[in-house]
Amino acid sequence: MLKKSSTDKNQLFVDYFFVKFGQPNKNIYNNMDEQQKLDAFQAKIDAEIKIEPKDWMPEEYRKHLQRQISQHAHSEVIGMQPEGNWVLRAPSLRAKVVLLAKIQDEAGHGQYLYAAGETLGKSRDEFIEELQTEKAKYSSIFNYPTLTWADMGAVGWLVDGAAIVNQVSLQRTSYGPYARAMVRICKEESFHQRQGYEIIAHMAKGTPEQKAMAQDALNRLWWPSLMMFGPHDADSPNLGNGVKWKIKRETNDELRQKFIDKTVHQAEVIGLTIPDPDLKWNEETGHYDYGKIDWDEFWNVVKGNGPCNKQRLEHHKRAHNNGKWVREAALAYAQKQKAKQMVA
Amino acid sequence: MMTQQDALINYCLRLGDSSLILGQRMAEWCSNGPTLEEDIALTNVSLDLFGQARTMLTYAANLEGKGNTEDDLAYRRSEREYYNTLLSERPNGHFGDTIARNFLHDAFLYHLYTALKNSKDETIAAHAAKSIKEIAYHLRHTGEWVVRLGDGTEESHQKIQQSFDDLWMFTGDLFEMNEVDDILIKAGVAVDLNDIKKNWDSTVNEVLQRATLQRPKDDYMQTGRLQGMHSEYLGHLLTDMQYLQRAYPDATW
Repeated sequence: MLKKSSTDKNQLFVDYFFVKFGQPNKNIYNNMDEQQKLDAFQAKIDAEIKIEPKDWMPEEYRKHLQRQISQHAHSEVIGMQPEGNWVLRAPSLRAKVVLLAKIQDEAGHGQYLYAAGETLGKSRDEFIEELQTEKAKYSSIFNYPTLTWADMGAVGWLVDGAAIVNQVSLQRTSYGPYARAMVRICKEESFHQRQGYEIIAHMAKGTPEQKAMAQDALNRLWWPSLMMFGPHDADSPNLGNGVKWKIKRETNDELRQKFIDKTVHQAEVIGLTIPDPDLKWNEETGHYDYGKIDWDEFWNVVKGNGPCNKQRLEHHKRAHNNGKWVREAALAYAQKQKAKQMVA
Repeated sequence: MMTQQDALINYCLRLGDSSLILGQRMAEWCSNGPTLEEDIALTNVSLDLFGQARTMLTYAANLEGKGNTEDDLAYRRSEREYYNTLLSERPNGHFGDTIARNFLHDAFLYHLYTALKNSKDETIAAHAAKSIKEIAYHLRHTGEWVVRLGDGTEESHQKIQQSFDDLWMFTGDLFEMNEVDDILIKAGVAVDLNDIKKNWDSTVNEVLQRATLQRPKDDYMQTGRLQGMHSEYLGHLLTDMQYLQRAYPDATW
């Protein structure tokens, strides 16, 4: 009988079904009651067996992932705008193509992530509808403006840097399609992070104006980057099942600390100052202590009061609406071709 | 009397500038495409064009021998020193306008670069051989969209027909020639654009026909590229593009 059981018993369960029957077989769930299904599901999670699209999963797990993956996809797509803001003004042809290729990668990440999200039973159109009607969120960092070219450095260095810390951890997430998308995304993101760092490092060693721009970009984007990891663990409502189901492998605070620990030194190397007077190395914990994050600002930006929330969403809607006749034409043409083939 | 070297520099600027300006136009599509897939396709074209521009501008800078780089030529020249095609600087408009503009331009570059593969100038020949692969893709991409939009819905048909009607007066400029061409054709470096025009006509006619679109009449044509005469649009495009280089002339990036 299947009961809530110890890890060893779970392992036995997993061995029983997945070794004895070879392939995971959804029919095994047919004769189980809800609790047994949940136990079986948890056993797979605990045994580090990825959950795949056709596997049974609790509704709450499905919804959690739909929310998280679509939010992630939307962030990639909305994130194209603040960087797109500088493509036309990039200061060298090399810088221009590097930036444009990076933004293209982000569009590609949006694609994989929407595709991963679609395996959970919602279409890309539905996800986009949720974004545009503000039922779905995207990362709040993209509601800040990119004011100078140094921001192209700071966004790559800090924003992509923060994203990588989170995404490296998500490569081990329990949902197969999401984990696999992350493996691919991480390879490109780490490249972006180095490109961003290269831009800001170069400016920090440049003319006094360039150095000032670099420091200013760090000042403006440091705290919003720390906020990217979300509220402190004690205040994080979605953490519970996310950790139990191994969707999230490390907590917000753990990830934030990792990011700070690796970034402080990078700032020192290029002679920039992290805008936090309370930042200091703690011998005892082996980590940096840091100052208080302004959660008022965070929640305000989440609620829509950031400098660019409206602008970003309007931009997305405008592009989407402007493309409507094009998508309709492509569909009409495809249908005509199909009809012709049927006749032939 | 213009030397062959001067002519060659000008010829490289024509090729490089057209790619650069159209590349910049295509970069404007970033985050504005009708679908995510198309957004990627449009900026891919942009990236190819910037790549082509860099090769030609670097070559022009080397030929000049004044110690300039691709960036000096891209960022420090003014409107009247640009030799791009008038078509390349036309604003993006809606998606159909962009597709029509690029299709006409792609068909031109496709036949031009096909011929330039045999140029006696090794750099131009190598550049043409490399670029033709990209341009063949661009032409397929825009050609397919012309057909889809022309033979799609009533709305798309009308829109793209209007795009071709509006752009047509800028196509004559593609095929104009002057002393530069005379010198370089004689030297086997450049090709006679009258020959390119014939191939261009047949590509354009074939696609327009498949798209159920009317070829606009060859009426009055705008001119000016060879003299560096442009539309008002080019100045604004350069203002954006050159802003940082002009504002901080002593900085490197």
